[in-house]
Amino acid sequence: MKTERGQAIPVLVICLILVVVWYLACIPMNAVVAEAKIAAAGGGFAATLTESWNHARPVIPAPHQIAADLWATVFTIAPWAKKSLLYHCWVTLSSTLVGFILGTLLGIGLAILIVHSKLLSKALMPWIIASQTIPILAIAPMIIVVLGAMGFTGLLPKALISTYLCFFPVTIGMVKGLMSPDVIHRDLMHTYNASAAETLWKLRLPASVPYLFTSLKIAIAIALTGAIVGELPTGAVAGIGARLLIGSYNGLTMMIWSALVAGSVMAASLVWLVGYAERKTLARMGVRA
Amino acid sequence: MAAAVIEARDLSLTFQTADSPVYALSKVNLTVNDGDFVSFIGPSGCGKTTLLRVIADLEQATSGSITVNGLSPHDARLARSYGYVFQAPGLFPWRTVEKNVGLPLEIMGIGDAAERVKRNLDLVNLGGFEKKFPWQLSGGMQQRVSIARALAFDPRLLLMDEPFGALDEIVRDKLNQQLLELWERTAKTVVFVTHSIPEAVFLSTKIVVMSPRPGRIIDVIETNLPRDRTLDFREAPEFLKLAHRVREGLKAGHSYED
Repeated sequence: MKTERGQAIPVLVICLILVVVWYLACIPMNAVVAEAKIAAAGGGFAATLTESWNHARPVIPAPHQIAADLWATVFTIAPWAKKSLLYHCWVTLSSTLVGFILGTLLGIGLAILIVHSKLLSKALMPWIIASQTIPILAIAPMIIVVLGAMGFTGLLPKALISTYLCFFPVTIGMVKGLMSPDVIHRDLMHTYNASAAETLWKLRLPASVPYLFTSLKIAIAIALTGAIVGELPTGAVAGIGARLLIGSYNGLTMMIWSALVAGSVMAASLVWLVGYAERKTLARMGVRA
Repeated sequence: MAAAVIEARDLSLTFQTADSPVYALSKVNLTVNDGDFVSFIGPSGCGKTTLLRVIADLEQATSGSITVNGLSPHDARLARSYGYVFQAPGLFPWRTVEKNVGLPLEIMGIGDAAERVKRNLDLVNLGGFEKKFPWQLSGGMQQRVSIARALAFDPRLLLMDEPFGALDEIVRDKLNQQLLELWERTAKTVVFVTHSIPEAVFLSTKIVVMSPRPGRIIDVIETNLPRDRTLDFREAPEFLKLAHRVREGLKAGHSYED
């Protein structure tokens, strides 16, 4: 408890400084749009502050405006309505989770193949690394278009973009984890004449669990990024990505910022959830608390 | 005359390294009889661990012949002829003590696991520790768990590679005493690698003195010591005489030179 409180204070101080800087920055940033209104209100210090921080279409919305927008789009609209931010969060979250699960399975599968076959390791590794050098923004529209032509629309194409991004850290982490058992452990299994499957199941997989969770924390965050990127070329129908795009097309900065906050909260929650699962799993596996 | 459990004839093993070959074992001849407690002693690089690993089919000899229970090491391994205790306990940290001891039983598909686990944990004086995880035990206790694990499927032969090398001398003394009792009670054949002269003399019925470059056997000493010896026996004249002979053997093999 003591250390948590010790950490909270510096974090809160930084937050406070950021908020102050933000409010100050709103004044010059919104000057262009607020100029006329400030003049109409008779100018002066008070009018400058009021108009800079409360403009209906600001360049930079003030924090309380974003908070108000979040409140309005989250709590005053039914979650299944298309205007609700929660609806868009769910659209993005569902494809994030599907992509994350597929990516994790693909990542583990590839790692198992790589660890068991030198040939496959040589054949697959360059492609796996090359896959991550292609900019996702370039390949995402093609995936959407190609899958769309094959009759797949909606959740699946977006989920596959998440899969494409998030299998990579899982593969890399799991290869390391599956190789992590000591020589003594492998020799021991050899003296028992254990099969490769038994060695995998009883030694390599349990040994790789800490590596898996480290990878999963990275994977879930980029799965979310993948889902948002996947929403951009679909014509911005729904999801956090769509809110970002519609907001920027129409100069609705508050919509953009609300979507950004929602996306960040989702990312942080997902990473925290994986961390929670990690602590529970490792505790069950007898790791020293 | 008991049947030979291990029979090595002109056994050699050469490792090919980048710059020059390493002669890990050179023309080794050795007979281990049923019920023997045999120690391999020598400095690092004398091939004592390599010889043990050849017996266990963890390394393959380059020339010569070796049989374990009358079989090739490979077939002996498949026949589950031996239990192997490594330098480190090598317990799986995610398994409790009982699950660690039960690991070979799971893999070999041996039934009555619970009874076997209990019997072998009692044998190493660790009854009551079944549900503990390895990190909750001291180093000496962990190594005892690994001995129980090696004995779980009841092999006739126990191969031990410097099992107490990483432990302090007080713990080591205690475990030596316990190992001797265990050997008497179970009548197993034990092959024990060590670099401690007192340990070798105290435990063995037969001491194999080895020397490096190339790894070879210098001397084989039959000890004929009373079976019910205690730690105090290490001050007896017979003990000191044997220790002296081991040291002379090591000296003759240039083991004390750089």
